[in-house]
Amino acid sequence: MEIQKFNYDNAIVRNFIWATVIWGAVAIVVGLLAALQLAFPVFNLGIEFTAFGRVRPVHTNAVIFAFIGNAMFAGVYYSLQRVLKARMFNDILSKINFWGWQLIIVLAAVSLLGGITTGKEYAELEWPIDILIAIIWVTFGWNMIGTIIKRRVKHIYVAVWWYLATFIGVAVLHIVNSIEIPVSLLKSYPIYAGAQDAVVQWWYGHNAVAFFLTTPWLGIMYYFLPKASDRPIYSYQLSIIHFWALIFIYMWSGPHHLLYQALPDWVQALGVTFSIMLIAPSWGGMINGFLTLRGAWDKVRDSAALKFMVVAITAYGMATFEGPMMSLKSVNAISHFTDWTIAHTHIAGMGWNGGLIFGMLYWLVPKLFRTKLYSEKLANTHFWIATLGILMFAIPLYWAGITQWLMLREYNVNGLLAYSNFIETSSRLHPMYVLRIVGGVLFLVGFLMFLFNIIKTIKIGALENNEASEAFALVNTDKRNTASETMHRWMERKAVRFAIFVFIALVIGGIVEIIPMMKVDSNIPKISSVKPYTPLELAGRDIYISNGCYNCHSQQVRPLRYETDRYGEYSKIGEFVYDHPFQWGSRRTGPDLARAGYIGSSTYKTAIWHYNHFNKPLEMIPQSIMPAYPWLTNKEVDLSMLAIKIRTMQMLGIPYPKDFDKIATEEYLKQAQLIVADLKASGVQVKPTSEIVAMIAYLHKLGKDISHAANKPIK
Amino acid sequence: MNILYLLIGVSLFAAIIFLWLFIWSVKSGQYDDNYTPSIRILFDDDEVKEKEITKK
Repeated sequence: MEIQKFNYDNAIVRNFIWATVIWGAVAIVVGLLAALQLAFPVFNLGIEFTAFGRVRPVHTNAVIFAFIGNAMFAGVYYSLQRVLKARMFNDILSKINFWGWQLIIVLAAVSLLGGITTGKEYAELEWPIDILIAIIWVTFGWNMIGTIIKRRVKHIYVAVWWYLATFIGVAVLHIVNSIEIPVSLLKSYPIYAGAQDAVVQWWYGHNAVAFFLTTPWLGIMYYFLPKASDRPIYSYQLSIIHFWALIFIYMWSGPHHLLYQALPDWVQALGVTFSIMLIAPSWGGMINGFLTLRGAWDKVRDSAALKFMVVAITAYGMATFEGPMMSLKSVNAISHFTDWTIAHTHIAGMGWNGGLIFGMLYWLVPKLFRTKLYSEKLANTHFWIATLGILMFAIPLYWAGITQWLMLREYNVNGLLAYSNFIETSSRLHPMYVLRIVGGVLFLVGFLMFLFNIIKTIKIGALENNEASEAFALVNTDKRNTASETMHRWMERKAVRFAIFVFIALVIGGIVEIIPMMKVDSNIPKISSVKPYTPLELAGRDIYISNGCYNCHSQQVRPLRYETDRYGEYSKIGEFVYDHPFQWGSRRTGPDLARAGYIGSSTYKTAIWHYNHFNKPLEMIPQSIMPAYPWLTNKEVDLSMLAIKIRTMQMLGIPYPKDFDKIATEEYLKQAQLIVADLKASGVQVKPTSEIVAMIAYLHKLGKDISHAANKPIK
Repeated sequence: MNILYLLIGVSLFAAIIFLWLFIWSVKSGQYDDNYTPSIRILFDDDEVKEKEITKK
C-alpha cells in the first residue's frame, strides 16, 4: 500500500476564525443596542438607520450568518480535512467561499440598515444578495463534496454526514424561499402570497434552525467534543441513527410557527406532530454528547473548552425539549407573539451555538497555532460570566412572556378585558427588559475576554499554513483518482449515478417553471370584499416593510377570545391573498395591526392621530417604546416606480384592471389628496407624495375590507 | 394552499436525496464497522510531526 504525503490547508481555517471573532463582537454589540432600545427608546438615536425595525434584522442576520456562519465554516474546514485525510478539494474554491461570505455579510449589514429588505424574517436580504448566497453556498458544497471524493479514508466519519446534510438542506430551503420577482435592483416581491408565503417562509425559517444552527453544529460536536476530551463518542451507532432520523423529521415541522393562524388546521396538526417527534433525535444528540464525557468529568473541571461544550449540550437539550412543547397549541398560545420565544432562541443561540463556538475555539486556536491558550484562567472567567449572562438574559424574558400573556388574557368582573390598553401590558415589562440588558452586557464582557484571549494566543503561537500529513491511499476502483481522472469521467462510469445527477439538474429547472403556474390558480377561499392594494396603499406597504414594522407589530388575530375581544374579528386565509410578502410578524412588542383600518376596532386611529404618533409617539402614549419616525413626513415616495410595481403585481396574479399601471400615479395622487385634506382639516400640512400619507393609507387598509355582511367565502 | 404540494414535493425531493445517500452509504460499507471510526479520529493527526520528532 502506498503512503501518500499531503498538506492540510490551515490558512483558510485561520481566516474563518478571525471572521468569527470580529463579526461575533459586531453581532453582540448590535444585539445590545436592540435590547437598550426596547428598554429606553432614546437609543433609537432619532435616525432612520438605527431605529429598532432596522437594527433587529441586522442583529439576527449578524448572529446567524456572520458569527455562527463563519464559525461553522472554520469548524467544517478544519475537521473535514482531518477526518477525510485530504486537503480541501480546491484552494480557490475555499478562498471564494471565504471572501464571498464576507462580502455577503457586508452587503447584508448595509442594505438592511438602509431599509432594503424583503420583509421575510431571517430571509430579509434582497434578490441580488440571495443569488450571491446561492453561488457561494454551492461553491462550499462543491468544495466539500470534492474533498469527500478524494478522501483517503473509506469510512466517512459521522461529522461529515452532518455537514453534507447542512449543504443539501440549506441549498434547497434558500432557493425555494427566495423565489421572487425583481421590481428594481433593490426591490422584489416574492411569488407567494399571504398564507402560502407564510407557510413557505416558516418551512424555511424553521429549517434554517435545523440545517444552519443544528446539523453543522452536531457535526462539530461529534468531532471537537471527542477531540477536546480525548474520549470516543459514547455510541457511534446512536450518532448515525439520530442523524438519519433528525434530518428526515425536521423538514416537516415548520407550520408550528403558524399555530392558530390563517392556515388550514391539518397543516398545523402535521407540523405539531413532527415537532413532537423531534424530541427523540434531538435528545439522541444530547445524550450522546453527555455520555461521551463519562469518566472524563475531571477534565471538564480543568478545561474551559469542555465547560463551554457541556453548557452547549445542556442548552441544546433544554431548547429541543422546549421547542416541541412550544409547538403544542395551548403552550403556543402563550409563547407565540411574546418574549418567551425570544428567551427560547437565545438559550439556543447563546447557549448551544455560542457554547460550541467558544468551546471549539478555545481548543482549536491553541492547536492550530501550536501553542497553549494564553490564559486558561481568563477563559474560565469568561465561562462563568457568559453562563450567568445567558441566565440573566433568558429568565427575565420567560418572566416577561408569561407576565404579558397573563395580562393580555385577564378579564375583570364585568367580563371585559382587564388591561384593554396594550401599553399597560408592555410597560409592565420594563424591569425585565433592563435585566435583559444586564445579561447582554455580561455576555459581551465575556466575549471581549474571549477576543483578547484568542488574539493573545494567536500572537504567541505560529501557524503552519500548510500542515504536512500522510495517509495510505484509498484503494477503491469506484472512487475517482484525482490525478488521472476528471470529475465527469467518474460520473459517467456508473450510468445510474449519472442519471441521478441529471435528474437533480432537471428537477431544479422544472420546479422553477412549475411554481408560477401553480401560484396563479390558487384554491384559497377568497373573500369577495377583499380588494387589492391601491397604488398608494402598496407604496405605504413597501414603506412599512422597509422600516421593519413587522419586527414589532403582527397582522394576525388568532381565534382566541382575548384576542378577538381586543382586536376584532380573527384573521382568515382569504384576507391575505394579495399580500406579497405576508406580514403576519412573530412578536407583538406593540399591538397587532390586522384591524388597524377597521373602523370601530380598538386599533383604528384617525389620520391625524397617526401623524402625531409617528412624529412624537411619547406625546400620544407616554410609556410607549416605539421610536419616532419624523422622517416619514419629509421623505417622498418615488412615483416613477409605481407603474413597474403594478405590472409586477399583475404578473403575480393580482387582478388589477388592464393598463392600470398607466393610471397608477393619477390614482395615487387622487387617494393621497383625501388624506392630505383630512390632515389639513386638523391643521397639518403635508405633501401628497410624503411617505407618511402612504403609510396612513396602508394602515387604514388593514382589515378595512372585512365587514360582517361581506364576510362570506365566494368559492 | 396549492403551495403545500410544492413544499411536500421539495421536502420529499430532499428526503429522496437523503434516502439515496443512506442506501449508498449502507451498500458501500459505511456502516460495516461502527466502532473504530470513533476511536480513529482521536489519534490519527500529528503522526508526521511525532515521527519527525522521534527521528531527531
